[in-house]
Amino acid sequence: MNAPTKIETTLKDWETDQEVRWCPGCGDYAILKAVQRTLPQLGCDPAKTVFISGIGCSSRFPYYMETYGFHTIHGRAPAFATGAKLANPELDIWLVTGDGDGLSIGGNHLMHVLRRNVNMQIMLFNNEIYGLTKGQASPTSREGTKSPSTPIGSYDHPARPAAFALGAGARFVGRGFDVSKNLPDVLKAAHAHKGAAFIEIFQNCIVYNKDVFDDFAAPKGAEGQQLWLEDGKPMLFAKDTKGIALNRQTLSLEVVDVVDGDWEAAGVVVHDVTNRSIAHMLVEMPFGAFPMALGVLYDDPRPTFEDAVIAERAKVSEGKEANLAKLLGKGQTWTVSGTAQDPV
Amino acid sequence: MATAATEGPHGLHESPEAIVVRFAGDSGDGMQLTGGQFTLSTALAGNDLATFPDFPAEIRAPQGTLFGVSAFQINFGSREINTAGDAPDVLVAMNPAALKVNLAALKPGGLIIADTGAFTKRNLDKAHYEANPLEDGSLAKFDVLAFDISEKTIEAVKPYGLGNKDALRSKNMWTLGLALWMFDRPRNPIHDWLKAKFKSKPDIADANIAALDAGHAYGETAELAGPLKQVHVDPVPSEPGLYRTVTGAEAVSLGLVAGAQLAELPMFFGGYPITPASAILHHLARLKEFGVTTFQAEDEIAAVCAAIGASWAGQLGVTSSSGPGIALKTEAIGLGIMTELPLVIVNSQRGGPSTGLPTKTEQSDLYQAVYGRNGDAPMPVIAARSPSDAFEVAIEACRIAVEYMTPVMLLTDGYIANAAEPWKVPDPDTFEPFPATFLDQPNDGENFLPYKRDEKGARPWVKPGTPGLMHRIGGIEKHELTGNIDYSPDNHQRMTDARKDKVEGVVVPDQEVCLGEPSGRLAVVGWGSTFGPIHRAVDNCRRKGLDVSHIHVRHIWPMPKNMGELLRGYEHILVPEMNTGQFKTVLRDQFLVDAQPLTKTSGQPFQIAELEEEIGKYFDGIEDNEGGEVAVNEEQLPNLEAGHDDGTYPDAPFHGDSAVPSGRDTDSEGVNQ
Ligand SMILES: Cc1ncc(C[n+]2csc(CCOP(=O)(O)OP(=O)(O)O)c2C)c(N)n1
Ligand code: SF4
Ligand SMILES: [Mg+2]
Repeated sequence: MNAPTKIETTLKDWETDQEVRWCPGCGDYAILKAVQRTLPQLGCDPAKTVFISGIGCSSRFPYYMETYGFHTIHGRAPAFATGAKLANPELDIWLVTGDGDGLSIGGNHLMHVLRRNVNMQIMLFNNEIYGLTKGQASPTSREGTKSPSTPIGSYDHPARPAAFALGAGARFVGRGFDVSKNLPDVLKAAHAHKGAAFIEIFQNCIVYNKDVFDDFAAPKGAEGQQLWLEDGKPMLFAKDTKGIALNRQTLSLEVVDVVDGDWEAAGVVVHDVTNRSIAHMLVEMPFGAFPMALGVLYDDPRPTFEDAVIAERAKVSEGKEANLAKLLGKGQTWTVSGTAQDPV
Repeated sequence: MATAATEGPHGLHESPEAIVVRFAGDSGDGMQLTGGQFTLSTALAGNDLATFPDFPAEIRAPQGTLFGVSAFQINFGSREINTAGDAPDVLVAMNPAALKVNLAALKPGGLIIADTGAFTKRNLDKAHYEANPLEDGSLAKFDVLAFDISEKTIEAVKPYGLGNKDALRSKNMWTLGLALWMFDRPRNPIHDWLKAKFKSKPDIADANIAALDAGHAYGETAELAGPLKQVHVDPVPSEPGLYRTVTGAEAVSLGLVAGAQLAELPMFFGGYPITPASAILHHLARLKEFGVTTFQAEDEIAAVCAAIGASWAGQLGVTSSSGPGIALKTEAIGLGIMTELPLVIVNSQRGGPSTGLPTKTEQSDLYQAVYGRNGDAPMPVIAARSPSDAFEVAIEACRIAVEYMTPVMLLTDGYIANAAEPWKVPDPDTFEPFPATFLDQPNDGENFLPYKRDEKGARPWVKPGTPGLMHRIGGIEKHELTGNIDYSPDNHQRMTDARKDKVEGVVVPDQEVCLGEPSGRLAVVGWGSTFGPIHRAVDNCRRKGLDVSHIHVRHIWPMPKNMGELLRGYEHILVPEMNTGQFKTVLRDQFLVDAQPLTKTSGQPFQIAELEEEIGKYFDGIEDNEGGEVAVNEEQLPNLEAGHDDGTYPDAPFHGDSAVPSGRDTDSEGVNQ
């Protein structure tokens, strides 16, 4: 969402005096910096900005932001945020959750905050593991993940956060990864979107699930596996030598080679952030055969929950007086005499 | 057609002091509506009253079955009424199943009004009757008035061109009309209500009015030898003022609205549907102009979390549920305790563990309220004793939450939530406001300390959005002043103590004795909806000369400061509860007193008679007091000025010939089985 008046701040203004307690090298540090770098650029007011989180390594985030912050309970941050937003719609809410927090214990709340479309930015730090509880498999862990609770390898099928969000009715779905220089742009787009904006951020847990995203997120040499989506631009990757086309026979996406930059000839799709059908295909695109779709996958606002609540209250209150004495004496009453009291 | 079977020397008195009527029928017969409207006209006639709606858990149980029976009992009188009545004087049975399920409760010599039109072979089979009880003499000890209400209803609504099936839906209105005649109640309020209800279908309104009038006319004109007589119950002498009826759910909702106004806060209410708590959500959803936001969440967890989120943002967060939903909210309530934010949690208790008895009443969530959280997580607990009392109790819950920055649990139950009673409409200006204050500047010189406490032990409330006071809170143990994460041993010790001291220090009024002496042989100590039967039973026993007092506790946690001393002034303490003895445990735990339990978990409220019997046991073996039958000690009678009893010794109201000794009015009071 957009703050009404822009405030001048620097990155320093958004840092707290609290010692950051993530493991050295944890991807969470990079995300923290990206957020602290982005907020001054957006002109946000620290007093009106709030960070609300659940429980997990990722959910420690609010302690490090010099804003109002609420570190709540495991999985329920969307519900706290909904109450806070309805109580004060002026708050600029950032929600921080993890793959366990948001998709395991809190999957229900995440679904409902998205379908209700409460205006806030939701950052899901996906490290495909339970970090804080020391490395058990999470709902996004890939099949075969070995962990203390799955010593032979996990066998349940992983959830895909972006697909979940879109399926739940999200009107903004973005993706980035911890050390990506483009992450601030995704955050800015999410902030500009009025409504629940869902951002999946791949995050490296170097202790319990080290480098599992290296195939597309390694600091060097993985760019060829990144499809950065931009509205109105063709879906090109690998230095524009490859693109994504729509196979009209199978109604599915496919990777095509682009010769001499002639993407049109190769049938490469132009990204339209409001095209929900394409968005569904992008979030389902299997990595490996396809590059990782990053950036703004979908962005098509619709009315928010808090606006509907406010409008309803205004409508039903119109011409009504909030007179408690009258309310108490409502309905069929009778008077026991000896009193001058008239029915109110 | 009209077979008035009058066996025995029974019959209603013409102007009894109180009378208990139970309307029973199939869930499709509209008995709750009938009862509700009868209640309204009774209230308008100026009687005191108490009701007990008793409906099945199934929305539409198969027609005619025993488990599909829905009943509504009302006790009304020309004196103070405390309960819905032990046993009905009149049973209206709209089908065989209703008769079968409710007959056991009926007073010997009571009157049965039955619709012969519904006593078909098929319905008798469904109720497992081998022979028609209206014809086989098995009802000899009752007065029976059986005639074809179905047919009379069809006749009455014929001019409105309804098919038989639709016409029969007005059967309840015909019956209501007859009841209105019997008890000399006005018909116009019901006419008005029908017209308003069927505004868009005037034909249906007219048909129902015709049925109502026909039932009334039947009473007026039928030349009936036997039990159908008009009975007049005088208005109760009550304090002058404006009155209305109120259910507990309404009173809680109104009290919350009043509480939020007194705190000068908008209210945020998070709820998730559950019987019998949903009614509060429904009431509040219609009061948005009072600054109320209602949020139907995805589950009870989200409902309480959203309420806490709203409190954090500066509103009065409220959530409500019943036992199973309260269980789900527990973790979040702990966070509310840890972050020290105001929150009111209303528990409309129902019966049993798990899903239990969703539509029946019990007081078995007391341990859950007082002890039921992980960690040392103290929270004030307060309980309403009647539908109208719930108004004040809700205000009190808001006050404690806001003044002490704490979650507060308000206990009601299914009986209080659904039952209606007359209520003297309070003047909101008579309540002391307790405006919430928000901190908007540093509270420690230049510094801001989010956990610096005031003299009550409460921390400051700071709205997010306030410039310069940004800070973080959460469930992790925090430094006693800065609120920053702090796991150090001494700090946790001090914070645990501070949370405990704050809640134990909540100022609550001294405990009063609501009937009897402040010391003596026996104190009957109750809480919640057992108020009515205990009060009446103690009153009856005192009239027999027994040295027994009634203490009813509103503040369950912390308890009033004088409680221990007060209890120790009695030789014996009896604690009747609709659970297996939970408050008894709390009393023993807190005061090391020998509180003895009297427990009941049948899903039905206590009967006055069973309480009297138990009280009597404490007087056995005392000289001249065997069986509790001693002469009346005038000094022990309730103070007529201060009390609310008229001090007379009524005859058993409806059958002078009954087995109940006169000089007592137990038989007309209390609650059905
Ligand atoms: C009710 C409850 N259950 C379990 C836990 C333990 N717990 C804390 S964090 C966590 C998982 C966190 O995983 P994720 O959300 O992926 O966050 P990460 O640590 O990986 O950032 C669990 C199970 C808890 N705090 N509360
Ligand atoms: S356990 Fe993993 S996610 Fe948690 S702080 Fe360490 S590296 Fe980061
Ligand atoms: Mg994780």
